[in-house]
Amino acid sequence: MKASAFSYARATSVADALRLLGAHGDKAKLLSGGQSLMPAMNLRLLAPELLVDIGGLTELRGIAVSGDVLRVGAVTRHVEIAGSADIAVHAPLLVEAIAHVAHPAIRNRGTLGGSLAHADPASELPACMLALNAVIVIQGQAGERRIKADEFFTGIYETVLSPEELLVAVELPLARQSAAHFFQEFARRHGDYAIVGLAAQAVVARGAFSELRLAYFGVGDRPVSAQAADKLVGKAFAPATLADACTALDAELEPQQDHQASVPMRHHLAKVLLKRCVAALLNRPELAAGAAA
Amino acid sequence: MTTPVPLSLDVNGERVDAHVLPRLNLADFLREHLQLTGTHVGCEQGVCGACTVRLNGDIVRACLVLAVQTEGASVVTIEGLSDSGEIADLQAAFRDRNALQCGFCTPGMLMAAQDLLQHSPAPDRDAIREHLSGNYCRCTGYQAIIDAVETTAQARAEPRS
Repeated sequence: MKASAFSYARATSVADALRLLGAHGDKAKLLSGGQSLMPAMNLRLLAPELLVDIGGLTELRGIAVSGDVLRVGAVTRHVEIAGSADIAVHAPLLVEAIAHVAHPAIRNRGTLGGSLAHADPASELPACMLALNAVIVIQGQAGERRIKADEFFTGIYETVLSPEELLVAVELPLARQSAAHFFQEFARRHGDYAIVGLAAQAVVARGAFSELRLAYFGVGDRPVSAQAADKLVGKAFAPATLADACTALDAELEPQQDHQASVPMRHHLAKVLLKRCVAALLNRPELAAGAAA
Repeated sequence: MTTPVPLSLDVNGERVDAHVLPRLNLADFLREHLQLTGTHVGCEQGVCGACTVRLNGDIVRACLVLAVQTEGASVVTIEGLSDSGEIADLQAAFRDRNALQCGFCTPGMLMAAQDLLQHSPAPDRDAIREHLSGNYCRCTGYQAIIDAVETTAQARAEPRS
């Protein structure tokens, strides 16, 4: 189908975009790369009266390191993140994750801010923000506010963003020495939305985790920071530790059933990913035994 | 405000000036305003890849780009790509390997395959599969398409005599 009729405004600055959003409220939608918005509009799932195009705002584009923070502008495209030397050094988890985001032609257009604001619970980058302990920088007419990624996502396609606000950037702490990351997902075909996926960021010292953040996607109405990670951190690692963590994971995840997978299947796959993750990050392949899906 | 918006861009090396409604996507603009019907419209939701074109050097889904977003941009369609001779060898390989039957997906396949060969001159079959994974073909079963792209990559890698 074709999108229904709407008006179009090319924002000349963030201030101009905020003014338009202030004037039109929830009748307006921001257009960044359009790779989620345009399908939704073509399917008539969305019919905004006004599109405010921020895709050309250079002030929202780019990747920069300042101090101990890596800042990525909202309209930075997936292809730019995947090819960035700064990202490869300071947040390599994102490079791995983006290889799973749709297909090359989509990644040439889709943007980080667009993906986060869209907040599909099965998509990769929102979970990465949890794993990387990102801060989401939001601009409104009253000023700027900064929200931890853990608190940014509130439901299916829902975030703390109000219709008058604009996601301008994300800030990521630089990966520390001894940092390690893991990314895997189960999908029917390469590029499809994940059935279950896991993005993890860790600090490993002497064969044990001194930090571990586990962010699951496809297992609920938003990306989930699994508290089961606490069972694995700060202790000498024994096989029973992993079993404890799996039990804790089972207890805290509340996945939904859909056409792709049942609830028990998602619980199973989540545990498979946890075992593979721990085995990979600690370089203990035997821990992944029995973790064939 | 749902009135036509002025638009200027470069399509296949020629300057184009038009007035378009905001809701018009790039694929329909190319087909209906410029009669460049090699860009095919399949799913209109970014899944099938039949509408793949080059926008400022990168392949994109023309069904997921509004024409008004291409102000000042450079667009190359399958017509431009084939007329320039850039993919003559790839087209010949598709024909030789029977890498098309109905041909509906072929323009998008050629755009995506040439994009891969530009960025990665010696891709293996897995890399070819992955790069074309966003382009659907309902006839060939894909094997012949992978063959054609692989053959072209190998031929381009050979020193010219």
